[in-house]
Amino acid sequence: MTTAAAWAKKNLFGSPANTVLTLLGLALLWQVVPPFVGWALIHASWGAGTPESCRQAGGACWTLLAERHRLMLFGLYPYEQHWRPFLAMLLFVALLAISSQRRCWRPWLGALWAAAVVLIGVLMWGGVLGLATVETAQWGGLPLTLVIAVLAIVIAFPMSIVLALGRRSQLPAIKAVSVGYIELVRGLPLVSVLFMASVMFPLFLPEGITIDKALRALVGMTLFTAAYLAEAVRGGLQAIPKGQFEAADALGLGYWQTMRLIILPQALRLVIPPIVNQFITCFKDTSLVTIVGLYDLLAATKASLNDPAWRPFFVEGYLAAALVYFCFCFFMSRYSQWLERELAKGSR
Amino acid sequence: MKLTHAIGAVAALALMGAAPPARAGATMDAVKAKGFVQCGVNLGLYGFSAPDDKGNWTGLDVDVCRAIAAALFADANKVKYTPLSAQQRLPALQAGEVDLLARNTTWTLTRDTANGLDFTTPNYFDGQGFMVARKIGVKSVKELNGATVCVLPGTTTEQNLADYFRAAKMTYKPVVIEKNEELNSAFFSGRCDALTSDASQLAGVRAGQAANPDDYVILPELISKEPLTPAVRQGDSQWTDLVRWSQYVMVYAEEKGVTSKTVTVAQKSPDPDLQRLLGVTVGNGKALGIDEKWAFNIIMQVGNYGESFERNVGKESRLKLDRGLNALYTNGGLMYAMPPR
Repeated sequence: MTTAAAWAKKNLFGSPANTVLTLLGLALLWQVVPPFVGWALIHASWGAGTPESCRQAGGACWTLLAERHRLMLFGLYPYEQHWRPFLAMLLFVALLAISSQRRCWRPWLGALWAAAVVLIGVLMWGGVLGLATVETAQWGGLPLTLVIAVLAIVIAFPMSIVLALGRRSQLPAIKAVSVGYIELVRGLPLVSVLFMASVMFPLFLPEGITIDKALRALVGMTLFTAAYLAEAVRGGLQAIPKGQFEAADALGLGYWQTMRLIILPQALRLVIPPIVNQFITCFKDTSLVTIVGLYDLLAATKASLNDPAWRPFFVEGYLAAALVYFCFCFFMSRYSQWLERELAKGSR
Repeated sequence: MKLTHAIGAVAALALMGAAPPARAGATMDAVKAKGFVQCGVNLGLYGFSAPDDKGNWTGLDVDVCRAIAAALFADANKVKYTPLSAQQRLPALQAGEVDLLARNTTWTLTRDTANGLDFTTPNYFDGQGFMVARKIGVKSVKELNGATVCVLPGTTTEQNLADYFRAAKMTYKPVVIEKNEELNSAFFSGRCDALTSDASQLAGVRAGQAANPDDYVILPELISKEPLTPAVRQGDSQWTDLVRWSQYVMVYAEEKGVTSKTVTVAQKSPDPDLQRLLGVTVGNGKALGIDEKWAFNIIMQVGNYGESFERNVGKESRLKLDRGLNALYTNGGLMYAMPPR
């Protein structure tokens, strides 16, 4: 008996119950996998074409992506200028790749971020260097999702640390403000805040003055993420034994030194999982900005399905969008696991 | 769809009076100063307002925006679009975020009186209709007694259906499905005899999801009134006039048989009506406070109402809607332009 057969006998057919479960599992796979492969691969329509060619193929209509991926990816950004958000997106991904390397965690990384953000801003906005101006109202698709998510996370993270420290502060005023802010924001659904920002807020402004929609959405996302992150950070702070504070005091460190050198490095390392959890949530919540009338990746996908001839192939469109979201979220999740291992080296 | 309309209406009602009425003339001055029309449109409703493959806005509602830009700036492209959800649309108009709302909005008494806005004139007469398979041979809603009907829950569509059948002393079995796509496939798989929704929506469903669109017919009766009408802020009658008359001249041009292709020739016509319309005889432009060539520019760049209709929702589009109520009054429809003189 070969080892494979022995393994199968032991693990799959070891007992009558196991045998039944194995057979059921196989039957289920048989029911699901061949039709899916047939739909997604064998009968699928690939490459350029029309809705009619999809209909004739009978399977998945990947033609939809071939024909309309630019609308999905870039939303309403002027068609001839699509290279600009594309380049901005590449820059963003490169920036993230560099930032994720531990050996790049040097002061120059901050400068690099500042430079990259300016460059991305110039690319997206234009108005200088002979680039046509593109208002944020026309931004869309994946670049918009990335800009909102990354900026919200980057701004919210330091805010959340301040809030968490404020909540544990001995000073009643600071504590009250922090608690009040966190509880207020956590008590409201993001949708309602975005809705308020888009519907109520303009009515209080003088006529003719409007605040950029993308900015409104970004502020909303940031305030939100900060409140939730603050609670995660506070969890980390509370897990630090009192002895650490006392030891810092004994060394004669002040409050900020204690926090920066002793407490936060330990506390933040402890709460990497909930923090990354919040980052992932924030990334996915960007799909709610469609409420403000912005075409993020999901809304742009929806827009590309507007044409009744393409609408029957909505499954393919949403699958593609889901895949993009999954790639980013999965990267964040794997990276956080690596980071945990990397930062835990000292305590091994 | 209708439920969200209702929520939007309630939200707007709550905000009633929050914004002051616009000063007469203020909107046009502001629009001229900034050099473009800010137009509130649907986030994406094929045929009415939706971005195409290249992100350019097209549709019957979009053509109203383009007509205003053509009248004011002699350039139909001087429009910036603000896509609005059903809840956002009325507050956005009130708050001055948009100059004009061309977003398939039904003109009702409540909206007209309560929301600080004025409706101009309908650019599409919609209504709730029924679609059936051609092979069951039903020619009229009256023959649907005892039929199973697919309908979205919690909408005025469901309410209208119940009201209509009760008033006609007929019975029906509702098949209520929450999600549009599933509802439509339920109908095409034969779970119901009829599918009910706004007629323009039915046409879209037929064009997109039917294996063979010719196998399905939309019955002629409409059981509700949905006059889709552009809206402007209340109190600025100069701006209201401009939008309303820009719409009228598109219809009027069709009545007169002037199209985007023949408008240049029509300028030389001896017909005094046409001379007034196209600015050969001056007066109309001055009265509205804009260039005398305004109507010429609208017809030249956007086309007459019939051209706009066929291009966006009619024969040349995927929706293939009949003119129906939207035919000229001379052809039994409701499109009737007030005389531009």
